[in-house]
Amino acid sequence: MDRLGLYRVMYRIRRFEERVEALFRSGKIPGFVHLYVGQEAVAAGVLAHYRSGDYLTSTHRGHGHALAVGVDPKEMMAELFGRATGVCRGKGGSMHLFDPDKGMLGANGIVAGGVPIAVGAGLGLKLLGWKGAVFAFFGDGALGRGVLHEGLNLAALWRLPVLFVLENNRYASTTAFAESHAFQVADWVRAYGLPYAQVEGDEVEAVYERTGELLEGVRGGQGPAFLEVLTHRFKGHYVGDPERYRTREEVAQARARDPVMGYRRRLLSLGVSEATLRTIEEEEERLLDEAVAYAEASPWPDPEEALKGLFAEPVRDYPWEGA
Amino acid sequence: MREITFAEATREAMEEEMARDPRVFLMGEDIAKQGGIFGQFKGLPERFGRERVRDTPISEPTLVGAALGAALVGARPVLDIHFADFLLLAMDELANQAASLRYMSGGRLKAPLVIRAPDGAIRSAGAHHSKSLEALFLHLPGFKVVAPATPKDAKGLLKSAIRSEDPVLFLEHKALYPRKGPVPEGEVLTPLGRAEVVREGRDLTLVSYSLTLHKALEAAERLEAEGISAEVVDLKTLYPLDWETLLASAEKTGRVVVAHESWRFLGPGAEIAATLQERLWGKLKAPVARVGAAHTPIPFSPPLERRVIPQGEDILKAAKEVVSWR
Repeated sequence: MDRLGLYRVMYRIRRFEERVEALFRSGKIPGFVHLYVGQEAVAAGVLAHYRSGDYLTSTHRGHGHALAVGVDPKEMMAELFGRATGVCRGKGGSMHLFDPDKGMLGANGIVAGGVPIAVGAGLGLKLLGWKGAVFAFFGDGALGRGVLHEGLNLAALWRLPVLFVLENNRYASTTAFAESHAFQVADWVRAYGLPYAQVEGDEVEAVYERTGELLEGVRGGQGPAFLEVLTHRFKGHYVGDPERYRTREEVAQARARDPVMGYRRRLLSLGVSEATLRTIEEEEERLLDEAVAYAEASPWPDPEEALKGLFAEPVRDYPWEGA
Repeated sequence: MREITFAEATREAMEEEMARDPRVFLMGEDIAKQGGIFGQFKGLPERFGRERVRDTPISEPTLVGAALGAALVGARPVLDIHFADFLLLAMDELANQAASLRYMSGGRLKAPLVIRAPDGAIRSAGAHHSKSLEALFLHLPGFKVVAPATPKDAKGLLKSAIRSEDPVLFLEHKALYPRKGPVPEGEVLTPLGRAEVVREGRDLTLVSYSLTLHKALEAAERLEAEGISAEVVDLKTLYPLDWETLLASAEKTGRVVVAHESWRFLGPGAEIAATLQERLWGKLKAPVARVGAAHTPIPFSPPLERRVIPQGEDILKAAKEVVSWR
């Protein structure tokens, strides 16, 4: 286990998101943003197992997953700014981040929208005879979607190499988990015959360990597995959410078990020096400052680009109209 | 040339493409064990195995999403959707995901998948097994939409669809499966995006595709007996539309009827009529007429079904009105 690596990834996500929040509030980032603050240990712990040849699907709250698999913060920030240099050339945005070079098959604006894609990626890998696992992230809101139920069945039936990762932050937008689900997650997953583990999402090493155990079967051809991580988002559903559905005390309790700061303390207690951690933090701050500067300096896309790229070859609905 | 059925032609296309490219696979409900409800998959599992020709549970949304996911990692999926009506179950995966990913990713992803969907009204199948949904998928950006009328094009267009780098919706009218026609053995590639003048004429142009093309051809025969010379254009691909062929024929005859099983209201004929009138204003001798299904669910009882679905007589009537327009 690369402890400093885990800390670096969590720190990068936390500080990326804090910058995004400020930049969004100052009007520099258009659209909607859903921050991953509080859930860093999930992306960092699970995706520390991510290898070249693996794939992942993510959610509307997808910045953390993208950063954890190594999507370039500069290109990501430029995408959030809507610039031509963005990872999707400004056509995707926060909720639609793709980076095939990193196996990133998309954040997704549709709850559970990535799940069938992950199942299919698993099928594709199996049929093509390629090694690799697929990581399908989704939140507790996805438990209400039929495709998740269908997807578990199909992945189990066909023994596909998919790790389903439920990030249970206890709220589907504003609706509490307890108010929207009649079943127990563990019972439901086991009914499909999948190995299941549950772990507290504020302990990155525990997330890492449980993931590793489940992945052995997934990578070993035994079919899919399911990890439920109990986590908290410290921020609202979106930046600007008035959060009338939960109390300040509840958020304060969660923040008291901050996965990033808590892990920092643990590393110090394990004998890592303050200077070592400071060095990592300074390196990450520089990287993120550069990402913001890159995004701000990047050009807007040419408006004509909006009309291009729907198909592999250019198609014009009315070919006689100006090129 | 030998004659085979439309169903056999699609089967042959699948067999040739699966033999040519090991990345191509086929999945759907009732295809492997049962051979497809119209026999269009017979023999494929025996030749290619049950991994590459796989039966699935009834899970349309996840199947479309899974075809997309498999395409994203490098496979070339062909998904059979049993009845086109069931496409409506999977609209998120079709429209929000498959059709949009290449564009949303700034061109970094590609989704080469083929969705085959038997459509159209046949033998009183009723409202949930009879629809023609092409207009929906023409309206949504990101699909190529193909609707062959003959066994030869069924083979040639399916092979081209499988080689396409983008999502293709391949619509097969159920009444066409048993129809026979000449089909060359071996490689037949009908290009996507090209229409064909399948009958030359002088007085008006009948534009159609899929099963309705045959009704248009019958109408053209009857018009000829009355001394009216009808040209017939088979669109074959509905997106992208072959405007060049359409405009040339419309300009030549000056009178156009567009006929399809899709609902007339906002059907493909609406776009074609609007555009022909924009491009050929002053050159057309009559307003472009549209023949399409009545704007209802497809009813069950045979006389009701016949009333809603366009028949040869409807095309004939529209043609005569267009020809006699003053």
